[in-house]
Amino acid sequence: MLSVDALTKSFGSKRAVDTVGFTVDKPMMIGVIGRSGAGKSTLLRMINRLSDATSGSIRFEGEEITTLKGAKRRAWQSRCAMIFQQFNLVPRMDVVSNVLHGTLNRRSTLATMFNLYPQADIHKSIDILDRLGIAEQAAKRAEALSGGQQQRVAIARALMQDPQMILADEPIASLDPMNAQIVMEALRRIYEEDGRMVITNLHTLDTARRYCDRVIGMRDGRIVFDGTPEQLTTGVARDIYGAGADFSEAATSTEIETLNTQTAQRPVPA
Amino acid sequence: MTDAASPHPAGVIEIQSHYMAQVQRRRLYSGLTLLIFVILMVAGFNIADARNAGGFWDGVLNIGDYPAEVISEAWEKRADLPGLIARFFPALIETINIAAVSTIIGASAGLILSLLSTRGLARWPVLIPLFRRTMDIMRAVPEIVIALVLIFVLGGGPVPAMIAIAIHSAGALGKMFSEVAENADLKSVEGLSSTGATWLQKMWLSVLPQVAPNYLSYTLLRFEINIRASAILGFVGAGGLGYELRNAMAWGPGRFDEAAAIFILLFGTIVLFDQISSRYRNRLTEGQNG
Repeated sequence: MLSVDALTKSFGSKRAVDTVGFTVDKPMMIGVIGRSGAGKSTLLRMINRLSDATSGSIRFEGEEITTLKGAKRRAWQSRCAMIFQQFNLVPRMDVVSNVLHGTLNRRSTLATMFNLYPQADIHKSIDILDRLGIAEQAAKRAEALSGGQQQRVAIARALMQDPQMILADEPIASLDPMNAQIVMEALRRIYEEDGRMVITNLHTLDTARRYCDRVIGMRDGRIVFDGTPEQLTTGVARDIYGAGADFSEAATSTEIETLNTQTAQRPVPA
Repeated sequence: MTDAASPHPAGVIEIQSHYMAQVQRRRLYSGLTLLIFVILMVAGFNIADARNAGGFWDGVLNIGDYPAEVISEAWEKRADLPGLIARFFPALIETINIAAVSTIIGASAGLILSLLSTRGLARWPVLIPLFRRTMDIMRAVPEIVIALVLIFVLGGGPVPAMIAIAIHSAGALGKMFSEVAENADLKSVEGLSSTGATWLQKMWLSVLPQVAPNYLSYTLLRFEINIRASAILGFVGAGGLGYELRNAMAWGPGRFDEAAAIFILLFGTIVLFDQISSRYRNRLTEGQNG
């Protein structure tokens, strides 16, 4: 389905993503982990074609993605939705309009400039919002919503694109644990119920373990781990994060459950 | 789509119809706005056309006649052009001087007025409407009207032009400045308040560092505008390049070479300052984001 081969992105002399390769043959939920600056975001942005690859190839169902241009590139982007850490909604527009932005690639530029969307699309977007549990917010401005709600609006926009693949770039990094859980569960449901592939960047191990079928670990632009969550031992995790023996998984956790065990074990500060 | 057999819960249907009603209303309003706009445009054009001495459609065909005359005469006497340009150069300096002094005075006054009229920053919040209306008036009166009054009082020359442009600049920049200041982050102002800072200290140390790049950028833009304004004020006797241009044009055929020389100077100067200031403005605004 998706195959990435020797993908490289250089900024000057620095290689943000360095000959990365992996293949995915059926829709699944993939977590990409690694510390900040490991090249996770750059990888996702290249798949969506928000940024261009320096070399290498990305193939989706046999089609080469890295060389698409103009309208074809935009058509690809509509097939592969993206979710951002900071939600990237239009703050002053209402929630439904933000969700309808998912149809921009299919509609004429003139009609969308005057906010003229078909009634069926408007109803569909409210259905999607209902599925994510925020239909009551439909008429509010996006900026009036909490972070967790805004991220769900962003997911609704992604679903409105009816994409084959959803890329999520640190979707929960700016959310509190409760909202993080809601958002991750929503992403998991999208994979399980709709059968869409989900690739999500995470910087916490336990989230990747809990929600993903496959985990890819990146360090300094290279893939250093690719396997199932069960294969992800503490030793491997130390390798991915370049941490020493004092590394504890709970230290990077955002899950509510781990908080209790963590406080019990935390060493007394000097 | 949402019939009785719909699988959706009642709540969603209600939200959908509610939102659709809102969308319908919004579309109606924007349709009406568009209609009014079109009617006004067509009506306005017709009135203007009817009042025009010769009629728009007859006149529009002759639009190239005057420039063609100027260019052909200037081309015949092209050997004189460098000498003429050199002769009018001091007048150009005078024009730029008027623009520069009035921009500096206008920007300083605009800075003070803007801080006094911004909600959340004003020294005397009660007086905000007063300062705002003052700026409105300064902005509303055209430079040329102020200049004419001042020339009547003070006599011709660059000083009335300078004062006229400074007053207008202060009003226009004050408005733009206060819009920038409204978006300034008030957290650092609160931080300084907590240390017991005076109003002036808070403005100078917390607001200005935030707004300075934008203020400078607007001031540079205003400088460009003021060069044009000061050239035009020469027409009413305020000195500088405009005065020479009026003389050359009023003489009609025979001195079109002088007019051409002045046009070249004016055009060249405006392009030059436009380029310089747009480069600096880009750098200022980018530096702020990066």
